[in-house]
Amino acid sequence: MATLLFFGRLGDLAGGVERALGLSTALSVADVIGIIEQSDRLLASALAEERVRYAINGTIVDGEALIEDEDELAFLPPVSGG
Amino acid sequence: MRERIRIASAPFDPEEEMVRFRAQLADAGAVVSFLGLVRARNAAGAVTALSLQHYPGMTERDIGDALNEAASRWALEAALVIHRIGDLAPAEPIVLVATASKHRRAAFEAADFLMDHLKCRALFWKCETGEGGRSWIEPRTDDYADAARWDG
Repeated sequence: MATLLFFGRLGDLAGGVERALGLSTALSVADVIGIIEQSDRLLASALAEERVRYAINGTIVDGEALIEDEDELAFLPPVSGG
Repeated sequence: MRERIRIASAPFDPEEEMVRFRAQLADAGAVVSFLGLVRARNAAGAVTALSLQHYPGMTERDIGDALNEAASRWALEAALVIHRIGDLAPAEPIVLVATASKHRRAAFEAADFLMDHLKCRALFWKCETGEGGRSWIEPRTDDYADAARWDG
């Protein structure tokens, strides 16, 4: 299983921070968003927003990057600390 | 440079942390610290709670990178970053940054740089609850402009 992580307001839309996704083959981040779109268009459109960054296993990647089973894909909306 | 990063899920005591920070110094002539507190009001009215999220592992690595950059730009003897996560109440300490150097300028600038990084580049997500309802906070335009001062 791959792990999807939704931070900030994306977690509200996803109904939780973490979600598991079974992958039989490597998929791009864009493909994963496409899968989510089939069941949750609101979340998928929020994930595809330009200001949302992606990280696979803790490294920032672009939408073409591939995710495999056992990987962790995080969706990072604009950050705010301090 | 001695450095310490602590992501705290429970309240921390800034005074105790500063005593500990100073105790390790051998040759510093300047210590600068910044303490951020949860504001009791925002534009919509009273704030009752603040909740902070981070990405375990990645958040710490990113702050480590920012500390490395600070160490390469300024002659620092030590630097400390403590950042709260979880649920916070108004007036509670949310962030403590401390820097130590031989002379004051390096410590001032490095603390300023680290705070700008923590405000709008480090991996934290902040949700405010209050009179205006519940909302995820984004940095202000000024925060982004402050952080951009150190680029290039």
